[in-house]
Amino acid sequence: MKNNLNLYEVFIQPKPGLPHQHVGSVHASDSEMALQNARDVYTRREEGRNIWVVPSVHIAANSPEEDGYFFDPANDKIYRAPMFYNTGNIKM
Amino acid sequence: MEVKQKALFDYLLWLGDNGLILGQRIAEWCGHGPYLEEDIALTNISLDLIGQARAFLSYAGELEGKGRDEDKLAFFRNDREFKNNLLVEEPNGDFGKTILRQYFFSVFAELLFEKLSASNDEKLAALAAKSLKEVKYHKVHSQKWLLRLGDGTPESHSRMQAALNEMWHLTGDLFENAESDNLLFSERIAFDLAETKPHWSKEVISDLLEASLQIPTNAFMLKGGRNGFHSEHLSHILTEMQALPRAIPEGKW
Repeated sequence: MKNNLNLYEVFIQPKPGLPHQHVGSVHASDSEMALQNARDVYTRREEGRNIWVVPSVHIAANSPEEDGYFFDPANDKIYRAPMFYNTGNIKM
Repeated sequence: MEVKQKALFDYLLWLGDNGLILGQRIAEWCGHGPYLEEDIALTNISLDLIGQARAFLSYAGELEGKGRDEDKLAFFRNDREFKNNLLVEEPNGDFGKTILRQYFFSVFAELLFEKLSASNDEKLAALAAKSLKEVKYHKVHSQKWLLRLGDGTPESHSRMQAALNEMWHLTGDLFENAESDNLLFSERIAFDLAETKPHWSKEVISDLLEASLQIPTNAFMLKGGRNGFHSEHLSHILTEMQALPRAIPEGKW
């Protein structure tokens, strides 16, 4: 696309108090227009109360090649996931 | 219908026709927007306007009491019976022209619906209050584009200036009262549009200047929409919009 549009990632908070969740991305000339576009594309059916947009270039992500040393070390540390404790009759 | 009811009926047709024709116009962008996000934004605005048109026209039909619903009123009246303003039947042109037309209309609609939310006719007040939320967004959206396109590249600037020169003389028609409106003014059902005009001008001129556009100095204003005097464009858009229901009047799909 030959134009002056940038890509923005869109995060929507479904309800006050809940965390913002990534829902997708929009093209826009600047952050104000990105908010407008996000509103039109992602909240038409009342999906959210608050919207964040972040220029996609500002998202830092790990690369798939790093998967090994990034995530594997957690494999054998099952004690970090306390799923084997018996929670008995504790009511949540 | 008694005279006052007929005045309100005509007034509702005007409100409904403005939404219907502008909604239909913007719907022409569906699938042709400059990019996906704006395509959706335009279609949203179109649907909002058609929703407003439905509400106003169905209320008009109720008042008339002859069994005409919103569809009958939308699809089985001829061009001379349409009361919409000249601005809304204006062809889309390029994206800049569509945006400027939307901006002119939305600033007007916001001021109008603000006033009508306090109408002594409860139903009209409720419909106006509901529409007000929608047109506020339409205004912000088109205003943001206006500022960016007017003050953007030399190309976008010259297109916006051309659109402004092409449509400025159609804006005066928005503020024309119908003769029968007087009956509604005295009951505080509707309001003299002359009260709205200075607010519209102030807001619009300030935004146009901020968008580095030059306001045409030619004071000529074309008028007549509410009396059924339209440009040729209305007949064409009606032909397209009404062809199917007229070919299959009781068709359901």
